[in-house]
Amino acid sequence: MIKVDGVHKSFGDVHALRGISFEAPDGKITGLLGPNGAGKSTTLRVLYTVLKPDEGHASIDGNDVVEKSLDARRCTGALPHGAGLYPHLTARENIAYYATLCGIARDEMDERVESIIDLLEIRDFADRRSKGFSHGQRTKIALARALVHDPQNVILDEPSNGLDVMATRSLRELILKLKDAGRCVLFSSHVMQEVAALCDDIVIIANGQVAMDDSAAGIKKKTKCKNLEDAFVAAIQLVGPE
Amino acid sequence: MRVLFTVFAKEVVDNIRDRRTLASALLMGPLFGPILFAFVINLSIERSLSDVEKTLALPVLGASHAPNLVRYLESLNMEIVDAPESREAAVASVKTGLHDVVVIIPQAFGEQMAAAIPAKVELISDQANTTADRDSRRVRRALFAYNQELAAIRLAARGVSPLVLRPLNIDDIDVSTPSGRSGILLGMMSYFFIFAMLMGGMYLAIDTTAGERERGSLEPLLALPVTRDKLILGKIIATCLFMALSLMLSLGSFFVALKFMPLEQLGMTPNFGPAVVVTAFFLLAPFILLGAAVMTLVASFTKSYKEAQTWLSVVLLAPTLPILVVSLLTLRPRLEFMFIPSLSQHLLLIDMVKNEPINVAHVVISVTSTLLFGGLLTWLCARLYRREGLLG
Repeated sequence: MIKVDGVHKSFGDVHALRGISFEAPDGKITGLLGPNGAGKSTTLRVLYTVLKPDEGHASIDGNDVVEKSLDARRCTGALPHGAGLYPHLTARENIAYYATLCGIARDEMDERVESIIDLLEIRDFADRRSKGFSHGQRTKIALARALVHDPQNVILDEPSNGLDVMATRSLRELILKLKDAGRCVLFSSHVMQEVAALCDDIVIIANGQVAMDDSAAGIKKKTKCKNLEDAFVAAIQLVGPE
Repeated sequence: MRVLFTVFAKEVVDNIRDRRTLASALLMGPLFGPILFAFVINLSIERSLSDVEKTLALPVLGASHAPNLVRYLESLNMEIVDAPESREAAVASVKTGLHDVVVIIPQAFGEQMAAAIPAKVELISDQANTTADRDSRRVRRALFAYNQELAAIRLAARGVSPLVLRPLNIDDIDVSTPSGRSGILLGMMSYFFIFAMLMGGMYLAIDTTAGERERGSLEPLLALPVTRDKLILGKIIATCLFMALSLMLSLGSFFVALKFMPLEQLGMTPNFGPAVVVTAFFLLAPFILLGAAVMTLVASFTKSYKEAQTWLSVVLLAPTLPILVVSLLTLRPRLEFMFIPSLSQHLLLIDMVKNEPINVAHVVISVTSTLLFGGLLTWLCARLYRREGLLG
């Protein structure tokens, strides 16, 4: 369960987030949709605690991301945009490193790593050094290590970026599996179809503000548009510049 | 504790697997010093030996005008060779560098000598040419000695004691011991050790900050339920390990290299046995933490791997500054110097190599102050690692 309440964030003169509020409940997939530079990544960065909000609050499973940031991180698995691996470590070592840092006990370690390797279907290249991996392989391993401690909340920043059809498909299946397991999944994207196909809830962000927060059908209804693309364009018009 | 060790172990494995970087870090530093050192030592041996032993080919114009003087010069291991035809040609030949020094004895030399009026001898040399300067000084010394000898003979012939010409009896007493003399040249040794030490950890220091950021592995790492203090500390300790390794290697390589250097010929017997090597390691070791912290600190301010490399090459030079100043002013070890990292290690090491007694208070101050500085900078690193700007 992720809650964001009136979060503001500025970088120098740039007012990146201007009072963002939304909720991402357990057992549902919430999509952050918005044009480039709308504030999607900044919102997610606040949630996985690498940025502190200037104003407002955010919490994960009731843990404030500033006050109890360690607890918040403990129940979160995050895949930042363009997450990199350690090229000299094998895929398995990359995953095991994160597992150890997340505090998984030594006797559970092998079991956890093996099960995540199966979940993401990366056994074929699990023992190769990650230096020469393709983008798709890298994303899978980055996902695997983000999920290795079995977090209740999963935050993915543009996970499908640059993936081919097959990889996108298996990513979609994974996200659905997480939903079925009762997890809270929050991911950002600027690909309309993907969001429409997957998300229970869509939060449209533009200019650092929430333009609309509803289901795909609800958004179409509110904007009186037949397809989501038109609805999206109509929704972001609602939020003017500062 | 487990987190700290995990980060440390991962950085060590990561660095070891990066063969090329590891090789350059662990070979460059430790080998660079001894090789350069051997080169300088051999060069200075060659120079100082040639001074006395080598026959100097001396062009003399008008040698036939002063057969006695020529014989005197020959007795000082100088070979008289044909000189240019004229005075102008002689000047030109020295100007162009054909000859280092030319002696001209005018035709009137014999007459002036017989009349006991100062006989003119010309010595043509280029004083701006430092390599030629050594030869011209040798000739000048010889001429002066001949001058003195003649003066003594003339006084004796007039019944005056030649001692009249020597109101002072100057006795040069050199108190430097063979070990002490080696200290001058071995002074640069301590910097090589510090250099090798820093080189050993440089890549890791960059990799843990600028490198991780550039690769995009920093952000997911920071999103893990681990405090940043532990992450940075684990990384700094890993950097320290490689610096210690590099220091050990460079001490060892120096120990071996010194055995093959003909230092006795320079009148040097450096005190650099196994016991000194081990002591030197512990004397220099406190600098490891300081070096690791400084490099990590500098690298964490840079935007990219490349920028970090540029800045860290400046850091490699920084420890020379206090050493350079003290060497130029030839200051003796003082209590207050022991508070300055790199300088205190340098001075203690020199004393040890010179086989001079080591002041225990100096060692204590050097070790504690360097460790304190190191601790302070490590703390600062951890503070800076907490800021948001870290992600760039």
